[in-house]
Amino acid sequence: MSVPILIPHASGTNRDLEAAQAIELAGGKPTIAHVNELRSGAVKIADHAAILLPGGFSYGDALGAGGRLALELRTWFADELAAAAQAGRPMLGICNGFQVLVKAGLLPGPMGGPRSVTLTENAEGRFECRWVTLKVEPSCRSGWLGVVGGTTIRCPIAHGEGRVAVADDAVAARLEDGLVAFRYLADGARPTSDEPVAAGGAYPANPNGSVNDIAGICDDAGNVVGLMPHPEDHVLDWQRPSGPEGGSGLPLFEAFVAAAR
Amino acid sequence: MTVRIDVTAPDDPRGSSVVANAPLVGVAGLTACRVTRVHHVDGDLTDAELDRLCHEVLIDPVVDEAVIDGVTPARGRVVEVALMPGATDPDARELERAAVNLGLPDIRVVTARRYDLIGDLSDTDVATLTRRLLANDTIEISTEGELPAEFAGTAAADVRVDPVPLADLGDDDLLRLSKDRVLSLDLTEMQTIQGHFATEGRPPTDAELETLAQTWSEHCVHKTFRARINLTHTSSTGEVTVSFHDGLLPALREVTEELDPPWLRSAFVDDAGIVAFDDDVDIAFKVETHNHPSALEPFGGANTGVGGVVRDVIGVSARPIACTDVLCFGPADLPDHELPTGVLHPRRIRDGVVAGIGDYGNKLGLPTVNGAVLYDRGYVGNPLVYCGALGILPHGSHPTEPQVGDRIISLGGRVGRDGIHGATFSSAGMDASTVDHVGSAVQIGDPITEKGLIEVIERARDAQLYNAITDCGAGGFSSSVGEMGEDLGVDVDLSVVPLKYPGLQPWEIWISEAQERIVIAVPPANLDALQALCDAWDVEVTDLGRFTGDERLVVRHGATGVVDMPMSFLHDGIPRREMTAAWTDPAPTDVTAPVPTAEHVLQLLAHPNVASKEDIIRRYDHEVRGGTVVRPYVGPEADGPADAAVLKPLGTDGHKAVVLSNGICPSVGRHDPHAMALLAMDEAVRNLVAVGGDPDQVAVLDNFCWGDPTKSDRLGSLVRAVQGCTDGARTYRMPFISGKDSLFNEFDGEAIPGTLLISALGLVPDLRRAIDSAGMQPGDDLWLVGTHEGALGGSLASDVFGLGATQVPAPLDDPLPRYRAIHAAIRDGKITAAHDCSEGGVAVAVAEMAVAARLGVSVVVPVDGLDPFTALVNEAPGRLVLSAAREHRDLVEAFLGGFGRRLGEVTAGDDIVFRVPDNTDGDGIESLSLELIRIPLADAVAANTKGVVQ
Repeated sequence: MSVPILIPHASGTNRDLEAAQAIELAGGKPTIAHVNELRSGAVKIADHAAILLPGGFSYGDALGAGGRLALELRTWFADELAAAAQAGRPMLGICNGFQVLVKAGLLPGPMGGPRSVTLTENAEGRFECRWVTLKVEPSCRSGWLGVVGGTTIRCPIAHGEGRVAVADDAVAARLEDGLVAFRYLADGARPTSDEPVAAGGAYPANPNGSVNDIAGICDDAGNVVGLMPHPEDHVLDWQRPSGPEGGSGLPLFEAFVAAAR
Repeated sequence: MTVRIDVTAPDDPRGSSVVANAPLVGVAGLTACRVTRVHHVDGDLTDAELDRLCHEVLIDPVVDEAVIDGVTPARGRVVEVALMPGATDPDARELERAAVNLGLPDIRVVTARRYDLIGDLSDTDVATLTRRLLANDTIEISTEGELPAEFAGTAAADVRVDPVPLADLGDDDLLRLSKDRVLSLDLTEMQTIQGHFATEGRPPTDAELETLAQTWSEHCVHKTFRARINLTHTSSTGEVTVSFHDGLLPALREVTEELDPPWLRSAFVDDAGIVAFDDDVDIAFKVETHNHPSALEPFGGANTGVGGVVRDVIGVSARPIACTDVLCFGPADLPDHELPTGVLHPRRIRDGVVAGIGDYGNKLGLPTVNGAVLYDRGYVGNPLVYCGALGILPHGSHPTEPQVGDRIISLGGRVGRDGIHGATFSSAGMDASTVDHVGSAVQIGDPITEKGLIEVIERARDAQLYNAITDCGAGGFSSSVGEMGEDLGVDVDLSVVPLKYPGLQPWEIWISEAQERIVIAVPPANLDALQALCDAWDVEVTDLGRFTGDERLVVRHGATGVVDMPMSFLHDGIPRREMTAAWTDPAPTDVTAPVPTAEHVLQLLAHPNVASKEDIIRRYDHEVRGGTVVRPYVGPEADGPADAAVLKPLGTDGHKAVVLSNGICPSVGRHDPHAMALLAMDEAVRNLVAVGGDPDQVAVLDNFCWGDPTKSDRLGSLVRAVQGCTDGARTYRMPFISGKDSLFNEFDGEAIPGTLLISALGLVPDLRRAIDSAGMQPGDDLWLVGTHEGALGGSLASDVFGLGATQVPAPLDDPLPRYRAIHAAIRDGKITAAHDCSEGGVAVAVAEMAVAARLGVSVVVPVDGLDPFTALVNEAPGRLVLSAAREHRDLVEAFLGGFGRRLGEVTAGDDIVFRVPDNTDGDGIESLSLELIRIPLADAVAANTKGVVQ
């Protein structure tokens, strides 16, 4: 029996269709539902084994990327989300979905506490689209993500507000304690060594100036994971451009669906 | 009570961008700039409620500083900038909605930006920065110091409908009236209207006159393209030929009807052309221009240009899947003193246009995948912004027949005074006073509202909720409702139209070009289902009236009559123009070619029209929808320009893919517009073939941007270009499926170079066999398809090195066999990389492949009886450079037949080496050859990717 995965859509969401494709290829059963349908009860969060918040520009990213949808999640769906977290259901936010989870306080969490991590304007000051190489951090405490821990994923970024910023060094240290889920790697065209090399903050391998090359994080319990790049845009062989070798995003979605099963 | 909330992110990169750009506008003393977002909140909030609004919505605790109910203390010279009241302001709207979310009392919000300019700045410096970098007074107000909050008017509804007496007006009066009201109607047209209302025995209302001006505008009815034209063509030797042209548009349509391929679904009859993708799915394609608005307000102009063309595709019931854009600007390094008064600097226009395209396409979730950027002095006063959109729809799913009794339903955005007179404004030339007269024609888009339309229309189409659909674009309701009701007649009530702010007169509501609206014809029985769908997707629905069957255009505002005219006069009353055109071929010149050097090749590689546009292209999302197979930039460093884009539409079966390419060569058109059309079509096809497209199933779009067609030389060049298009369509067996003309691209009497964009749409039978220009391996053979041509007229080399050539390369008589041969070789998997020879000829093509692949090459350029320089840089059509594994040499030779010859090889080395045959020993690659040019690969990379010549 395939696993029902909810893909919420707010006005301005736009990578929901690819996310649904990735979930299907990974063996899940995606349902795209507008936030209005969730609010009216036409579609219920509780009927789904996992939630994938997709990319896009929810509400045009007015007042800061993801902020408006984050507010709706907090004001309209706080109980349902708490229940899902309680039940250990995996939740994945990609790009705008990651921004929403961070702005809602779900990442790194806990929701309701003071927010110490944010996603803000890229250091280069502009929207940018390019392929990057990600390492799935083996030290990440997320159980479901651990299945693909240590692997690399090649996929595109497409964002203007993807720079992970933290309030202070203590917060950065807290993230390094198992909450960092993905890091940008240096992706020279002809790697001279087999060992993946961290981007070291250098543009464009770290495309947005994120602290410690962080591309994605998880919450304390490890169920909720978010990242800026788009693994859902590399789930088929022909989607990968020439250039550096790098893994497909599909195993990540397979791990996500498997954990929801 | 109004409260001001200032929010500042101290390291906001927009501040550093101002600092970086200041020297470019002549301000040296700016050392730092802080950007503050200003929010004026009007409402009855307690302190606790205000605090929630600020801390739960506005302020990011990690990066922001804020001043609540106060003004940020000045850190330097302060400039504040706000949108004019009533302009689309998403931040304000979302803050209002956020208050509802939080359960707070209703608030009204306006926003502004504040700049603290720090450094040693004179008053003039501050004024220059404000005017050139911080604000655009077409759509914004700005001041040094604090700007008071200005909320949109709360004026009462104004239902005044004024008669416009015409009966006693003489010719001069009629023309003055046309100019004063920005009607852009000529004397014959004004007289025709005068005559019609004399028969009716009453003056027209303001709305009727405006309706006629919109519907009869060049923009909407293509008067020039339907005119009867006499062309006097004088050859360079003085021979005169006079020919009669019974309509340019009919001539283009005629070829399409003549070719009539089985995969053609719909051409010229709708908002976009439609061809088959496979048995189940059709593809819609349209390219529009948005030149005049982009000249005045680059961001908004380009932004709404994308929005408009995407709606054209929605207007044929398609789901948009990709965008294209081709941009022509003045030189980015134009000295300030050469900038005419009233014109924005090309660099500012470029940056604004690029940001506007990215903003709209990215937010719609559409990949922007194919395009071009050209720089030429001819575009200083009139930049060109071509925006294209591609969509898919199930075969046979697009309904086109409204029924009597159907409701006229408008979906999407609200109506404001924005965008009034866009259609008529684009049908006139510009000068320094244009901004004052038609500033209201410019607007900013709201992509999220349009995204809602995409979602709703796709679902309404699949549920068969409507009988007809059209985009609400130029001319607003007057055009969309007027066209949709042409056969049946309509009765419309404007009093139900949701407005952005009150106070609009009925004629303004009727012709406003406020963005993001679609009009559909809906049977009354389907209204509830439509309403439920739109509620779910946050789309506003307005029931404007009904299709009557009385063949009249009836518009009212409540009980007040606004328009009452027969549809026949509106649509068939316009007199056909008689026009005169003249074209004289230029005299040939003697061209002395220099001895070619590495420096020549590097200069061509670094020329702004050839060098990498990566800094522009990366601002567009080209990956969204996960279907991009060949991207704008290719190769191991993803910085080699691709010839064309290949896309697999999400949700389609199999491995078939779409390919998009374009051809544009305005430099050729300066000398020979007929050849320009054929060469542009060739460029589009060879780009398409280079990535694996099938040359036997290609549809094309035309986009003509020209000067004032009432001037005979401009019209002469236009007629010659159209003749080139019809000749080309027959030669290449490529039907035109849609097109667009943008005329009157003149500034102070100076016309742009007549510029034809050919956009091609084709298919790649198997995307796994798609290739790019960088896929070769060391040891591969390089092949050249096609032969050179001595004429350098219109070539980049003639321009850059001042050769003054006027003779352009001859178009090909029978190009298809060579393209079929290349396609067969690619389809068989024998070609590893391909790149077309265009600007800079074989020299640039080979060097670009080397740069893209980061590999060395060694080639022996056949000279074909020419001098080595001309052989290297000529821009003859029909040529591509291919690479293939050496082990496939015999097979490739068999595929290419007589069209290809071996050029050299790919090496693992670090140099690009051009050799020429030793003429005493013949022309073949195996014969003795002399090294002519050796370029270190690193130098070519620097030139091509950074525009730097060492």
